[in-house]
Amino acid sequence: MTTNAIDTNPTLLGVSSGAIDSIPSLATLRDETFRHLQEVGFPGPKNEEYKYTPLTRALEKLSLDDQEGTGTVNLADYAIPDLDATVVAFVNEKCVTSLPETEGLIVKPLQEALSEGKGINHFAKIVDAQSDAFVAWNTLAWTYGFYIEVPAGKTLTKPLVILHVSDGAVRKAARNLIVVGRNAQCTVIQMFASTGKGASYVNVVTEGFVDENARLDLYAIQADMPGQIQFNQTRVLQKDNSRVNSYAFTLGGKLVRNNLALALDGQGCESHMYGLYLLNGDTHADNHTVVDHIKPNSFSNELYKGIMDDTSRGVFNGKIYVRPNAQKTNAFQSNRNILLSTDAKVNTKPQLEIWADDVKCSHGCTTGQIDEDALFYLMARGIPRSTARAMLLYAFAGETIDAVSLPPVQQYLAQRVSQRLQRNDF
Amino acid sequence: MLSIKNLCAKIGDNQILNGIDLEVKPGEIHAIMGPNGSGKSTLASVLAGREEFEVTDGSVEFLGKDLLAMSPDERAREGIFMAFQYPVEIPGVSTVNFMKTAVNQVRTHRGLPALDAVSFLSLMKEKMKLVDIDQSLLNRSLNEGFSGGEKKRNEIFQLAMLDPRLAILDETDSGLDIDALRIVADGVNKLMTKDKSIIVVTHYQRLLEYIVPDFVHVLYKGKIVKSGGKELALELEAKGYDWVKDSVAA
Ligand SMILES: Nc1ncnc2c1ncn2[C@@H]1O[C@H](COP(=O)(O)OP(=O)(O)OP(=O)(O)O)[C@@H](O)[C@H]1O
Ligand SMILES: [Mg+2]
Repeated sequence: MTTNAIDTNPTLLGVSSGAIDSIPSLATLRDETFRHLQEVGFPGPKNEEYKYTPLTRALEKLSLDDQEGTGTVNLADYAIPDLDATVVAFVNEKCVTSLPETEGLIVKPLQEALSEGKGINHFAKIVDAQSDAFVAWNTLAWTYGFYIEVPAGKTLTKPLVILHVSDGAVRKAARNLIVVGRNAQCTVIQMFASTGKGASYVNVVTEGFVDENARLDLYAIQADMPGQIQFNQTRVLQKDNSRVNSYAFTLGGKLVRNNLALALDGQGCESHMYGLYLLNGDTHADNHTVVDHIKPNSFSNELYKGIMDDTSRGVFNGKIYVRPNAQKTNAFQSNRNILLSTDAKVNTKPQLEIWADDVKCSHGCTTGQIDEDALFYLMARGIPRSTARAMLLYAFAGETIDAVSLPPVQQYLAQRVSQRLQRNDF
Repeated sequence: MLSIKNLCAKIGDNQILNGIDLEVKPGEIHAIMGPNGSGKSTLASVLAGREEFEVTDGSVEFLGKDLLAMSPDERAREGIFMAFQYPVEIPGVSTVNFMKTAVNQVRTHRGLPALDAVSFLSLMKEKMKLVDIDQSLLNRSLNEGFSGGEKKRNEIFQLAMLDPRLAILDETDSGLDIDALRIVADGVNKLMTKDKSIIVVTHYQRLLEYIVPDFVHVLYKGKIVKSGGKELALELEAKGYDWVKDSVAA
C-alpha cells in the first residue's frame, strides 16, 4: 500500500488487497462494484449528498507520509470503566485480542465467515455497494472486521466492544456484519481512536440484520481521534417487532461522516436514534440519517444534538421515508444545535417523504446560542461564568446521554462530555 | 453597606435610570415602590450585574468595594442576592443541581469549607422547611412548569441557602397566595440579622405588613422622587401615585 496522498482514482486505490478478492463467491460483486466506482468516481462538491462535507477533497489532500505509529498502544487507555464487556481490539488492521467465545455467540473475522458461506445472504445486501462511492470503496478495500451472529433466543448479557485504533498514518477499511436471530438481543459498541495527532483515514461499513422480536443496541463512540478522517456507514434491516437503539457520539476527529440508516421492514418495530456531536477546533462532523418505514405500525424516534465551537462545523441531514404501505407509522425527529462562536457553523436539513396517509410524523430543528438569561441567572447565584456555561451546555447535551441504556457507558459519556464542557478553552 | 450615588443606566438608546441616590445601612430594610416601568427592576438588575444595562454615570459601593467593577458571580459571592421578578426556566438544570455548586462557591469565597453531600442535604432540608417548599420541586428542571408562586418560593429558598448580606426582592409577593406570602415573609424575617439588609420592591402594602421597612422610596422615571418611613406606603396605597407625579411635575 502506498503511503502517498490518496489518489481518488479508483484504479489506484490499492483495492487489489481487499479481503473480498479471496472469496470466490463474491467475484461478480467485486467486479461490478469496481466497474461502478470507476464509472462514478468519488463525489465532488456538486454532489447533493456531500455538498457540505468535502470528503473527497479531504482525502485527496490527506498526506500519510512520515507518521510512524507509536507501536505501543495501551488498550486500557480506551476502556470504559466498570463495563463488563467482551472487547475485541484492532490496532490498524491487526486484531490484538483473542476472539471471544462466549454465550454461544459467533464472532469471527468476516473474511473467514464469508468463505464458509456464513452471512453471504446478507453481505452487501443490506448496504448496497453502489449506494455511495465510499461504500463501494469499502466493499473493495476492507481488510478486517467481524461477522457477529447471535443465535435465536440468545440474550447476550455482555456487550461486545469493537475498538478500532489507528496508530500512525494509516488508511484502512473495516467491514462488519451483525446478524441477530429471532428473540435474540445484543449490544455492539464500536469505539474509534487514534494515537497522537497523526492523520488517518478509516472507512467502516456495518450491516445489521435484526430478526423478528430481536433487539440490537448499536453504539458509535468517536472520541479520541484527532486528525482522523472517518467514513462510517451503518444500515440495519429490522423485521417484525424488533427493536434497535442507535447511539452516535462524536466528540472529536478531523472530518467525520456518519451515514446511519434503519430500514423498518416489519410491523411493530421500534427504532431510536440518538446522536451528540460536540465539536471544537476545526472538526467537521456530518450525520446523515435515514429512517425507512417500509411496513405498517412501526415507531421511530430520532434525537440529535450538536454543540459547535471555534471554527467547527456540524451537518445534520435526517430523512424519513414512509412508504405507501406503511400506514399507522409514528415517526419523530428532532435536531437541536448550539453555536458557541461566530465562526462555528451548522447545516441542518430534515427531509420527510411520506407516501402513506394515515401516519403521525413530526420533525423540528433549531439552532441557537447559549441562553444569556439563564447564564445570568446562574451567575447571579455566585457561579462563575465558565461553570455556569458548562452546566447549561451539559443540560442541553445531557438528553442524549440520559438515553443511553447501559449505566457504565452512560457514566463514561457523561464524564467525558462534562469534562470537555468544563474546560475553559472549549 | 450599600451606597448608590447618582446612578444612571441605559439599555440601547433607552435611558432608564436617571441619577439614583440610595444609602442602605446594615440592618435596614428599604422598600422601593413606584409605577410600572419606572425602573425598579432595572435598578435591581444593575445592582446584580446584568450586563445588558450600561451604567452611564454614578457609582455603587458595597461593603467598601466598587460593586460596578465586579462580575455578577463575584457580586453574589460578595453577598448580594437578587430574587428575580421573572425567574427564568432552565431545562435540564434542577435547583438542587446548581445550588450545590452555588453554595460551595459562596462558602469558599467566605473562607468556609465546602459542604459535602450529607451536610448540603441537611442544610437544604432545613431551608426547605423555612419556606415550606417540596423536595420534588427542587429536583425538577428549574422553574419549568412551576406555578407563579412556586417560582417565587424557590427564589426565597435560594436566598436562604446562600445567606447573603444584602437581599434584593423584586416583587417576590406577586404570584404568592395569602398563606404563602406569610410563610415566605416569615422566612425572610428569620434570616434577617442586624448585619444584613433588604431592599424590597413591591407594589402592595400587604408584604410590608410582614417585612416592615425602615424606609420607603418612590421611584419614578428612573429617579427616587420621594422617601419616607413605613407610613408612606400606606399613603401610596390610599392615594395612588398621581400626587407624587404631580409634585415632581410642579
Ligand atoms: N431589555 C430591555 N430593552 C428595552 N427596554 C427595557 C428593557 N428592560 C427594561 N426596559 C424598559 O425600562 C423601563 C423600566 O423597566 P423596569 O422593568 O425596570 O420597570 P419596573 O419599575 O420594574 O416596572 P414593573 O413595576 O412593571 O415591574 C421600562 O420602560 C421598560 O420597558
Ligand atoms: Mg419590575
